[in-house]
Amino acid sequence: MSAIKSYDHPTNANQFNQDQDRTHWHDSSLWFIREKRDRMSKSLPEWETLRSCASQIKAHTVSKLADYLEEFEKNATARGVQVHWAKDAEEHNQIVLEILRKHQAKRIVKSKSMLTEECHLNPWLEKHGIEVVDTDLGERIVQLRQEPPSHIVMPAIHLKKEDVSNTFHEHLQTEKGNNDPNYLTESARQHLRQKFCQADVGITGVNFAIAETGGFVVCTNEGNADLGVSLPKVHIACMGIEKLIPKADHLSIFLRLLARSATGQPITTYSSHFHGPVEGGELHIVLVDNGRSKIMNSDDYRNSLKCIRCGACMNTCPVYRRSGGHSYAATVPGPIGSILNPLRDAKHHKTLPFACTLCGSCSDVCPVKINLHEQLLTLRTEVKNQKQLPMSKTLPMRIASYVFQRPKLYAWLGGIGKFFLRTMPRFLIYNPLNPWGRHREMPEAPPESFRQQYAQRAKKKSDDR
Amino acid sequence: MRVALFVPCYIDQLYPRVAMATLDLLEQLGVDVEFPAAQTCCGQPMLNSGCDTDALPLAERFVEIFSGYDAIVCPSGSCVSMVKNHYDHLLHENANYDTLRTQIFELCEFLVDVLKIDSLPVKFPYKVGLHSSCHGLRELRLASDSELNAPEFNKPKQLLALLDGVEFAELKRKDECCGFGGTFAVSEEAVSCTMGRDRIADHLQAGTQVLTAGDMSCLMHLAGLIKREKQPIRVMHIAEILAGYEVPQ
Repeated sequence: MSAIKSYDHPTNANQFNQDQDRTHWHDSSLWFIREKRDRMSKSLPEWETLRSCASQIKAHTVSKLADYLEEFEKNATARGVQVHWAKDAEEHNQIVLEILRKHQAKRIVKSKSMLTEECHLNPWLEKHGIEVVDTDLGERIVQLRQEPPSHIVMPAIHLKKEDVSNTFHEHLQTEKGNNDPNYLTESARQHLRQKFCQADVGITGVNFAIAETGGFVVCTNEGNADLGVSLPKVHIACMGIEKLIPKADHLSIFLRLLARSATGQPITTYSSHFHGPVEGGELHIVLVDNGRSKIMNSDDYRNSLKCIRCGACMNTCPVYRRSGGHSYAATVPGPIGSILNPLRDAKHHKTLPFACTLCGSCSDVCPVKINLHEQLLTLRTEVKNQKQLPMSKTLPMRIASYVFQRPKLYAWLGGIGKFFLRTMPRFLIYNPLNPWGRHREMPEAPPESFRQQYAQRAKKKSDDR
Repeated sequence: MRVALFVPCYIDQLYPRVAMATLDLLEQLGVDVEFPAAQTCCGQPMLNSGCDTDALPLAERFVEIFSGYDAIVCPSGSCVSMVKNHYDHLLHENANYDTLRTQIFELCEFLVDVLKIDSLPVKFPYKVGLHSSCHGLRELRLASDSELNAPEFNKPKQLLALLDGVEFAELKRKDECCGFGGTFAVSEEAVSCTMGRDRIADHLQAGTQVLTAGDMSCLMHLAGLIKREKQPIRVMHIAEILAGYEVPQ
């Protein structure tokens, strides 16, 4: 796992920010993608219409999810697909393991799937003596480093080519110090090709499953999902139940939005459609709930199930760009992760709704119009209601509220505060307990508040009369 | 028209010049302005910290104090957005609030949409760097943002453009957050300061002489960094500029 172990976002972010050059490099890499996304989205006059359509389709699907899931199961089964249902991560992993055991599979190739990350499938399978190789290049890099992905679309965006070179030198015996991206990519290709050829079973995620047809689509830029499921006879596709869309007709809307939002490409290089097993083979789909139906029943957070995992909210988030994906200590980081993770486990992820300035950029960039920053604000109250806010945060607010309900007390305390700010020696104001003053000057305290000046002005006016 | 001036608590205490500039400006434009003395804070720090029950009595007070005016004007997009958009979470089926939320305006919004001013007798021969504060931008829509594919507009810039001699600094990232974020500035101090420094670097490369915004909170954070690092940028709230106040030296 990553070097960062704490669940506390400020602590992890502070650690990330110690290396300011790297922080800036990370910020610029992601901003580059955000700008590409802007150019691509602005090249489509119908962009905002696409967003509205996608948002409405997803809202509708979530409101009738049970019906659409049944329709999907019926149609997929009719195509010879074996459909499995998992209520949580444990059941999901168990189902996958049973299928693998049935086929005495020992070597698995897996294309990128955030759901299997969420369920921690890899360590579970490895524990049972099965080799799982992630075939997406970025995923493979972080897998070799025994790190979790730091971004849902670009899992190794936190790494420089030098880091990759060192990793490959250690694990794939590449030339030490050779940082040439072509050389490194070719080495990974050769290594992965071997794994593809040896694989007994291919596992993929699902980007969109279509209720009407019982088929599903997997989007990759490297073609690794195709290759991973073309050679073995068994394909297991793992999907969260929210990945459904009603009709094949809707697909184009999402495919146009997904890649533009994710990386600024017009469409992913491969959009692979699966409609049943290969001849003599098996196709399994595992439909996973893992807390999703709970979110579906909540008016405040239901919208978050519209997410198509494009990662645009991460790329645009000024906090994510400057704190790195690992600082969130969660499978899905960034704005959407800061909603999904605390909803599942508020105790561990209580700092995430606060790792946000509420700038609202995520809500405007989201291709399915999730009101991300509003949900993050609401979630803060949820964290407090679950008694996960420390007294050091709640008590000052209670005191401030008491004072603000009493204008005279407020004015009096304001005067005292300003007096001390003006007269106290610098070392008392800029002490280690004052995080504002570590890198910033405090505002200069004026001798009078506005209300005092206003009262004097009003008095002078009436005297003049 | 009876207009109430809503002065955010931290402006009242730390930046009286900004509130006075707002008052002067509105009076210069012929508006009859009152400052209800019972006002304190809108409750945003509490709600943003998850302490909704501590924010509630302040929201109720606010609605009581400011009901009955034809308009409420405030030199802070963030505080206006709190009242306009987020009191909804706290006050349910409050008829006074339903009226009040349609009558509250951020200063620039009021000048452009209500007073529809098209000239200001102010000379300002400086290169101005306009910081688009997030809540004004994306919650009040005072300007178009770079994320949406929509026609461009910018109400604060439209007002500044009325001034004689003004020039605008062209930023590389026109609407990135400064990193203030209320208690975020303290609880996430490291990221907050990195974000602030990045904004300042953008203004430095663009040749900003005077940095301005519609929210003093963003400017308080940026000014804190500018002062500590002794950067050659002056900081003014947009009300001070529009009211023709001197550039602080």
